[in-house]
Amino acid sequence: MEILKFITAGSVDDGKSTLIGRLLYDTESILADQLEALHRSNRKNDDGTIDLAILTDGLKAEREQGITIDVAYKYFQTDKRKFIIADAPGHIQYTRNMVTGASNSDLAIILIDARKGVVEQTVRHSFLVSLLEIPQVVVAINKMDMMDYSEDTFNSIVKDYEALAAKVTLKQVTYIPVSALKGDNIVYPSSNTPWYNGQSLLDHLETVQIVADNSSTHAYFPVQWVVRPQTDELHDYRGYAGRVLSGSLKVNDQVTVLPSGFTSTIEQIDLLEQQYDEIQAGRSATILLKDDIDISRGDILVSSAHHPQVSQLIEADLCWMDTKPLDTSLTYLIQHNSKVTRCKIQEVLYKVNINTLEKEYSEEFKLNDIGRIAVKTAEPLVFDFYQNNKATGGAIIIDSRTNVTVGALMLRANAE
Amino acid sequence: MSKYNLDYLNELEAEAIYILREVAGQFEKPALLFSGGKDSITLVRLAEKAFRPGKFPFPLVHIDTGHNFPETIEYRDAMINRIGEKLIVGHVQDDIDAGNVIEQKGKNASRNALQTVTLLNTIAKHQFDACIGGARRDEEKARAKERIFSVRDEFGQWDPKRQRPELWSIFNGKIHKGENVRVFPISNWTELDVWNYIRRENIPLPSIYFAHQRDCITRNGQLMAATEFLNMDEEDVIERRNVRFRTVGDMTCTAAIESYATEIDDIINEISESKISERGARMDDKVSEAAMEDRKKGGYF
Repeated sequence: MEILKFITAGSVDDGKSTLIGRLLYDTESILADQLEALHRSNRKNDDGTIDLAILTDGLKAEREQGITIDVAYKYFQTDKRKFIIADAPGHIQYTRNMVTGASNSDLAIILIDARKGVVEQTVRHSFLVSLLEIPQVVVAINKMDMMDYSEDTFNSIVKDYEALAAKVTLKQVTYIPVSALKGDNIVYPSSNTPWYNGQSLLDHLETVQIVADNSSTHAYFPVQWVVRPQTDELHDYRGYAGRVLSGSLKVNDQVTVLPSGFTSTIEQIDLLEQQYDEIQAGRSATILLKDDIDISRGDILVSSAHHPQVSQLIEADLCWMDTKPLDTSLTYLIQHNSKVTRCKIQEVLYKVNINTLEKEYSEEFKLNDIGRIAVKTAEPLVFDFYQNNKATGGAIIIDSRTNVTVGALMLRANAE
Repeated sequence: MSKYNLDYLNELEAEAIYILREVAGQFEKPALLFSGGKDSITLVRLAEKAFRPGKFPFPLVHIDTGHNFPETIEYRDAMINRIGEKLIVGHVQDDIDAGNVIEQKGKNASRNALQTVTLLNTIAKHQFDACIGGARRDEEKARAKERIFSVRDEFGQWDPKRQRPELWSIFNGKIHKGENVRVFPISNWTELDVWNYIRRENIPLPSIYFAHQRDCITRNGQLMAATEFLNMDEEDVIERRNVRFRTVGDMTCTAAIESYATEIDDIINEISESKISERGARMDDKVSEAAMEDRKKGGYF
């Protein structure tokens, strides 16, 4: 069985939490004691039915304000798939939390209120989904019950969104008319929308193709830790512990250690008492090489046939996530998988107004700003472009004064 | 449930091993918090996968309330013996004796809340900068919000409104002296995933997870083990019941469930069909809607 990770994005009153609540409720994923708590709660819908949104608001402050502040993860499964939902905030103020949820998602559900159509927030969420390269998008046009399930309303919103999707270059978009409140086309197909012949949301989630982040075929293995038992019987054992981020590695493959450039051959692949002939993308293992070469945490093993980018000057999309604005005179830390080195944001190339998608030229980079920058690193990074390989093309910026993660980078071009 | 093919377990396993190795690589003095429950037992197996044939780069730490099930302690000691790793025990009794905490009184008295003080004292004493725990996001709604690398200030407090962004598989473990990071490698596992993994890996468990006969009393609608640690009076009627435990905490706050599941397959079937969540059997979560959030803000696991 596979796991589909998806994020839900929508603005304040689009019914995002209700949609998730409905999915969980109608798939019978809510257990009796949680249901009892739901019935006990004072928060009810206007017609007295239980408010499914309470299921996802986990923090006191969220329940008080009736908004989502940070991502909540929810888990459910059907006979066909396991699902991890990242319920992300829609407010512009919490964009960084949405980006956190989006970074690991296979699919995004963008909610649109049928009464309002495509609004500014829809543009921003769609842009973020495109920026993070989430491969699949579902546009759930919600509150259809309040528009008498009108086919014309649906079609007109689809038409508007198609223009937006083209502008932000979203490729796989599926449109579904729903009412989260009433349950139309969420789990069960609705008789209220006879003009709609597509799948219900759940059907779609159960069958949509999962595009792996690491679909690149190049073998890429960052070393996280060196296993050295130093016991009498394992005196010379040196195992390189890490996870295959893309491609696969086999015993006897020739590998190159980057950035040093030394080459060797894989002698053995271990995991506890088991030995493997081959390990695939996504798996963690310990690799032994035939030659004794200097390798430490942060180094990358790649297939010698593969030449990833090795560079100290990189153009990247930056999403700024700190209340203190970017300071181009300051030295920050950059973390790329297990590698940490110092860096400077050398130049702001442009910013994107995420509500209008217009490019702007300004040095100032504040909380939730997004744009293209050039970053200079103290040591070279070994990477693929984010658009080709999400698993090896993302990095974070850390403020060394506060230790806080202040920026997300999608590495886009080698500027050396 | 057994009809499902379990490929996703490899995915969850690989992620957890990756996280454990990041802890090893990023911190000076990490520790693995071991409770004797199935989740921390699973963590130990994952650590074996991450670091064998080498030693673990961290000790195991058990916060012992003194009210544990004897079967848990027995299991713990046998396991330590088998894996040959270091165990550090922090005793709640020591903090009671030193006057750092005061034992609760009354019928529902429990040492659950006192654990936090012993945990924080143990962290301070050994200067641990990272503590690995077996908490899962599907357990409880405050946990559903927590990052995999969750930074605590020098008072051990979690600030849910100021969590660091956490993108892709990049974990930022940078902290100032005195702060520490709680790390949750099995955040994305569900209760059923843990059981399926235990079955697949053939991991032994403490006997209390399996159905057995035990003297119990019924309190607040829950079956509790009749034990010297529980304050009982003449209203409490002791009955012999066929039970097992779904989570393993203190004897005073962990309720049993009526069960005849003696094999792991029976347990997996039982959980798949269960209509009650795992923490439904935890009295400590029933205090209020924000019980877990409040305890985490105070430094709890």
